This record gives sequence, C-alpha cells and structure tokens, in this order.
Amino acid sequence: MQLHRFHGGLKLADETEASTRDPVLVMGVPSQLIVPLGQHIGEAAEPCVTVGDHVTKGQRIGQSKGYIAAHVHAPSSGEVIEIAPHAVPHPSGLSAPCMVIQTDGRDAWGDTRMEPWLDWDTRDPRKLRQRIRDAGIVGLGGAAFPTAVKLNPRAGQRIHTLIVNGAECEPYISADDMLLRTAPEAVFEGIRIVAHLLGVDRVLFAVEDNMPEAMRALTETLPGELRELIQLVSVPALYPTGGERQLIKVLTGQEVPSGGLPADIGMVCNNPGTFKAVCDAVIQGRPLLSRIVTVTGPGVRHPRNVEALLGTPFADVIAATGGYAKGVDRLVMGGPMMGFAVHDDAIPVIKGTNCLLATRPQDTPPPGPVMPCIRCGECAAVCPAQLLPQQLYWQAKAKDFDAIQDYGLFDCIECGCCAHVCPSNIPLVQYYRYAKNEIWAREKERQKSDIARERYEFRQERIEREEREKAERLAKKKAAVKKKEGEEGGDSDKQAAIQAALERARARKAAKAGGTNEDNNTEKAATAPDGTGTTAESGESDPTDTGHR
Amino acid sequence: MRFRTESSPHMIPSHSVGGVMQQVLMALVPGTLAMAWFFGWGVLVNVVLAVLFAVAFEAAIVAARKRPVMATLGDNSAIVTGWLFALAVPPLTPVWVTLIGIAFAIIVAKHLYGGLGYNPFNPAMVGYVVVLVSFPREMALWPAPDTLADMSLGLGQTLQAVLTGSLPGTHEWDAITRATPLDAMREGLASGRTVSEITVSPLFGSFSETSWEWIGNFFLLGGLYLLFRRIIHWHIPVAVILGVAIPAGFFWMLDPDSFASPAFHVFSGAVIIGAFFIATDPVSASTTPLGRILYGAGIGVLIFVIRTWGGYPDAVAFAVLLMNMVAPTLDHLTRPRIFGRSRRGPPPGDGHA
Repeated sequence: MQLHRFHGGLKLADETEASTRDPVLVMGVPSQLIVPLGQHIGEAAEPCVTVGDHVTKGQRIGQSKGYIAAHVHAPSSGEVIEIAPHAVPHPSGLSAPCMVIQTDGRDAWGDTRMEPWLDWDTRDPRKLRQRIRDAGIVGLGGAAFPTAVKLNPRAGQRIHTLIVNGAECEPYISADDMLLRTAPEAVFEGIRIVAHLLGVDRVLFAVEDNMPEAMRALTETLPGELRELIQLVSVPALYPTGGERQLIKVLTGQEVPSGGLPADIGMVCNNPGTFKAVCDAVIQGRPLLSRIVTVTGPGVRHPRNVEALLGTPFADVIAATGGYAKGVDRLVMGGPMMGFAVHDDAIPVIKGTNCLLATRPQDTPPPGPVMPCIRCGECAAVCPAQLLPQQLYWQAKAKDFDAIQDYGLFDCIECGCCAHVCPSNIPLVQYYRYAKNEIWAREKERQKSDIARERYEFRQERIEREEREKAERLAKKKAAVKKKEGEEGGDSDKQAAIQAALERARARKAAKAGGTNEDNNTEKAATAPDGTGTTAESGESDPTDTGHR
Repeated sequence: MRFRTESSPHMIPSHSVGGVMQQVLMALVPGTLAMAWFFGWGVLVNVVLAVLFAVAFEAAIVAARKRPVMATLGDNSAIVTGWLFALAVPPLTPVWVTLIGIAFAIIVAKHLYGGLGYNPFNPAMVGYVVVLVSFPREMALWPAPDTLADMSLGLGQTLQAVLTGSLPGTHEWDAITRATPLDAMREGLASGRTVSEITVSPLFGSFSETSWEWIGNFFLLGGLYLLFRRIIHWHIPVAVILGVAIPAGFFWMLDPDSFASPAFHVFSGAVIIGAFFIATDPVSASTTPLGRILYGAGIGVLIFVIRTWGGYPDAVAFAVLLMNMVAPTLDHLTRPRIFGRSRRGPPPGDGHA
C-alpha cells in the first residue's frame, strides 16, 4: 500500500518497552469509586440516582444531556454516598460534579443490564448506534469524543472508509499496543459492527511499525472472511501520526479540510479500544465501565498496563503496579507530548485516561528561563499542521486575535512539536491555548452583546412603533371627533335656530317676567364630548405601557 | 500525594539557543584556522579581541537594561557576532576600529532594538559596514596570503600592529598588504585588462586565488556540518550561492573577457561564509521555506550586482542588510499552505465553529 507523508513531525525515542513486559493487570474493585459526570467532550451528564441509592454494576447513573454527550454508568455495585464536586483530571485542577460510590465488593450486575445481541448483524444500524450511545462509549484514544455522534454522519454524507487508529505515537503509551496483543478478536468484532453500521467499503487498520507484537497478533487472528474488508497497514513511527488528520494523510494522501471533519471526505477514524468497547456493548450488553491505562515512566517502580474501573483513584492504580519510584515529582495524565500534569493523585481514572506517566526531576527538569524567540523556524519545520508557530506566538503575545486566526490558530492540533524543539524554552502551546480560549470567550461575549443589542433594538423599534400607532390612533380619533363635531355642528345649527326661536320666545316671556339660567346649559353641552375623548384614550394606552416595562 | 504541574511537553527540550550558537561557533573553527593559516596571526588576534569586546558590551548593556546578565551571555550570541565581525575585517585591523565596529553591532544594531531576537539587521554586518564606510583605508589592509612567507608577521609583531596601528621595525604596509582577488579583478577590469590576463597570476588556483579557495572550502565544511546537524536549513545557503552563480554565469557566457567566472565569484571573498554563516542568522532572515529561498537568492544577486557594477569589491554585508529589510515582508507573502486548506483563499469552514 502506498503510504504518504505529512509535513514535519518528530522522531521520538520509543519508551514503551518497560510497560509491555508484563501482561495487562486486571485490577479489582476499589473500596470507593469517584465517577465524574463529565468524562467526555460535550456537556456533563445529569445524575439519575440520588445519595443513598443502591446501584448495580452497569446501571446508568448519569443521564446525558444534549446531543454531543455520553451517559455515565456505575462501574461496580454499591451505594451512592455523595454527589458533589470533586477534583477531576483536568488541566485546570478544578473540581467538577462526581458521584462517589461505596462499593459492596459483590460487583453484581442488576436486572438493568442490556440484552446481549449475538445477532447484531440483523439489527438496524440506528439500533446499533443507539446501543453505542446507551453504553456511554466515547473515543478511548484520549480525546473522549462521544462515539455515537461520530458514527452518525450527516444526511447525504456517505462513509466509505473506516480507519482504525492503532498508531500510538506518544512515547511511553502502550495501552493500545497491549490491547491489540491481548484481545485482537474483540477489536475485530467491534470493527465488523461499526463497518456494518456505517456500510463502509474498506477498513484501514494502522499500527505503528514499532509495535511488531501487536501487528503479529492482528495478522494471526484476522479472520479469513474479514481479509477482504480489513487491511492491516504498518505506518512509520513518527509523532504525531496518531493524530486523526495526520493518520488519514499517511494512509490515503487526503487532507481533512480545515475546520471540517473526516466525515467530510467520507472517513471515520477510531481508536482500537473504542472498537473493543463497541464489541462489549453490543455482544455482551456491557456499557463502558473500565479501560486499559498505561502506568509508566521513571517515576514508577514497575511500569505496566492496568485494566482499571472508571472512577478508580490514580493512587490506587499506581499502588497496584508497585508504587512510585523514589524522587517522583510529576504525574501526567496522557503522554509526555500532549498530556497534562495533575496536582494530586486522588483523582479518578476517566474514559480518556490512557496513560499515567510519572517522572522525576532528572527526567523532566523544571523548564529553563524563557529566552526571546530567535526566529530559527524549527517550530515551522516540525509543525504537522504546516503553520508558522513563531508567527502565532508573536500574534498571541500581541493579542492580535484577527491576525492569529488568519495564520491558522484553529488548525493547530496542540501536538507540542513546536514547543519541544523551541531552543528558547517558549511554552508555545500554552500561548495557543490562551489565544483560543480568549477568542472563544470574546466570541461568547460578542454573541451575548449581539443578543442584548438585538433585544434593545427590537424594544426601541417596538416602542417607536407603538408611539407611532398611538399617534395615528389619536389623529384618527381626533379626526373622527372633529367630523362628529362638524356633524354635531350641523345639528346645533338647527338646535341654535330652535334655541334662538325659543330664546326669542323666552325673551319675550322674560321681557314680561325676567329669567337668567341659559348660560349654564350651553356650557354643559359643549364640554361633554371632549371629556369622554380623553378618558377613552388614557384607558387604552395604559395596558400597553405596562406591557413593555 | 501532590505533584508539580508544568505545561506540556513533559520532555527535556531538544534544542537551546546557547547550544545552537555553540554549534555555529564550532562550525566556524575550520574556516577560521584556514584563514589564519593563509593570513597569519592577525585573524586569531582579531577573533579574540572582537569576542572579548562583544561579550563586554553585551554584559554592560544587558546590565544597563536591567536584564539577567549571565542568562543572556549564556545564549552565546554575542560571541558569534564578535567572531563573524572579526572574520569580515582585514587581519591587521587596528584595535580601535574593532572596538567601534563591535560597539555599533552590539549596542546599536542589537540592544537598541530590544536585544537578541528583536534586531531586524544582522548585528555583525551592521558593525562591519559602519567601519567599512568610515575607515576605508584601514579596511583595505588585507595582507598577502602566507605563500609569501618571508613577509609574514609573528604573533608579537601582529599584536603590536593591531594594538598600535603601526607596523613594527622595517615592515611597510605596502610590502605586506596586497589586493584581494576581488580587488584585483575589479581594478584589472576597470583598467581594461581581460579576465584571463588578470587570473594569469601564479596566486590564482582553479577558480580564484588558492588561499581564498581553501578558506572557502573550510567554511563550506563547517556549513555542511551545520546542515547535517540541522542547525541551518539548505534553502538560504543554496539560494545565496545560486543567486551569485546564475547571473555571474549568464554574463560570463556572454562575455568571458569582461566578466569573471561564476566559480571565481563563489570562491572569492565572503560568499561561502556569507551563505552558510551570515545570511543564515535566523533573527534577521526570513523564516518560511519559500521566503528563505527568495531571501537567499536576493542576497546572491545583490552580491553579484554590487561586485560588478557597484562601488565595493565585495558586497556580502550590504546584500545581507538590504535583504534584512524585506525579510518580514517575505515572511508575510510566503506563508506556507496550511494543512487541509488550499494554497489561496479562505479556509473552507470556520476554524473553530
């Protein structure tokens, strides 16, 4: 198969040997599970059990809200003892709502377990997608994007190629490597399900060429009937080949359009762990409850891979492998290039926890002083997105957010290649994250003020319209009154004539007897119509006034 | 347990400014020794003095700017500036000329613009041009190559000449200095002789004078080392050399009597050292691949144009400074195509929607 190259990238030393010596350790049930309600990209789930409830293994405890979201399940049976903010794995170190389960050790499935679908190939793709959604499956490569959303292409979009991303390119991480060595059949089964669901023509299964054991296991277990569909491809180990866009370029030579998704060019890309989770969900009715975590780095005594229940505290996971090595002072969730250092190891394993990397000061010394950028351009030479990181840096520093977007800030995948080669120790990726967050914040602010302005303008316009209508009504009324007055005036002419005749008669009488009350009478008749006019008008305008207040 | 938190990547960085500059200095050694072999102790005396001055000025002005002195000196950039300046001036340049040149390079060209990383012009070349246009007599004192061994000066005599500005004992400036091949070519052509008449001198080797050829070869060696270590990229050096050679070759083929050969141009004067060590100064050069090619080619063409029709026999410094001016514009105009976008036109989607 003809492979392609993406621009830049780094050849990094492979550090997975230590963590792949021992088989995957399946951890028991810890006494407490801290299950965050938001473990994925998108909105956090809403708790659907309360404190004091007994939950069974696999029971849904967090109900997803919105489309891009995932359910959360109880990884083991026990009692919910707390629903409260708790420190979670997040770069900020902030707390987020978690459900704390005191496990009962029985690890018992209840009657809420989903029915196993051995006959999945007779099921409607929509049903399968719903099952994947119900199982709370997200991408297990680290980004934790809800899988059901990925597998739901927009109307008119046909997915012809399914890509299995076994290119584990970060040094140290070997979770996929070990999964492929130990459970290739389940991964293939998951691939079959997804291939059926999407109706793809071909599956490209990429494995980096520094994972020969995994490749051998796959080659040996690939079922004969799948050889037509699935093509195993060994790709050169080059960081960040495991980036979705980079891998698609390597395999197909095509580039996912900027700002678009692989589905835009008819492809969907998923991690092998995700396919295994799909297989478990469909065939066993088992939601996503656990994952393989690589525990590694010079900061732990015995690097190895562990299958841990979601919600298991990092400290328990590391203790299960044999504990920390002397002098450990940094714990990273994820790989050394893109992972983030955590403050504390009392935080739980979540769906995206693919690796716990512990290091000592001699492995990851505190960064040296930041020197000025010398424009050496090494960053641009290694940037897989073909950006000019040094220009983005200047623009981020200058807060020139228009220019930085023009230079492709949002095409940055934050792989960290630029920061790694920067001779001046500039934390470049931090600058890009800052700029992105700032732009998002401004965008939100702008949307808010746009809405406020729209409302204000609408209100102004309505007030003006009402005033105008009022004025028109008034004018009409006045005209009507005038007209009426005019008509009444016509009447009063007659009346006046009558009056005059009467007066003359009266005058004649008065001339005889002498009477005086005629002035009062005429005044009453004149004021009456005007008075009713004013009251009617104020009575009408009052309710509308309160209406817009 | 509590841990340190720093931002990714969690790896030891692969490069450092001080390390990069150190590689550049190492790569300068063979060419510098070759120069000293042909032109005597003066070359080394110049390098030592210029580096000392550069470091002293750098320390003083960094202290005056209230910046960390030791951390700044640790970037080794002042040493590179001093060294390149020393290679540009004649080997018996009086010490005060070096002092003035270095002062301009470090104080005016570098730190008045904000220090390393902020200087739009190559500091060593600014310093050199200042003394070149201010002291033309001193800047013309190129000794004859060491093939005329009986006239060469010892270390003591060289020091005396450099520090006092006058030659010791019976030595005469006219006796020990000689026109460089570029001077010889320029004056020869101006006086109506043909290229073949000028290059008939026994000093000339296959392309230029033997001494300059060898110096060029050793700087080339250092330059190739930098390429091999990926300290520099091929674009600028290749573009500079082709930028000189292609127009030189064109005119030479039209009229080989009035125009020197492209090989003569490339191996005379400062083209090789300029292509690999001066034009590649990252701070003042273009940073995009295409921008670097245009930048280097511009330098090359300007070298040829100024040498052939301009007022100076060599022109690397002027060419570099002139192209420094357009480097930011080149960067802007030669942005590479971003992954997932077409070369022209806006991105298909709103990047962050």
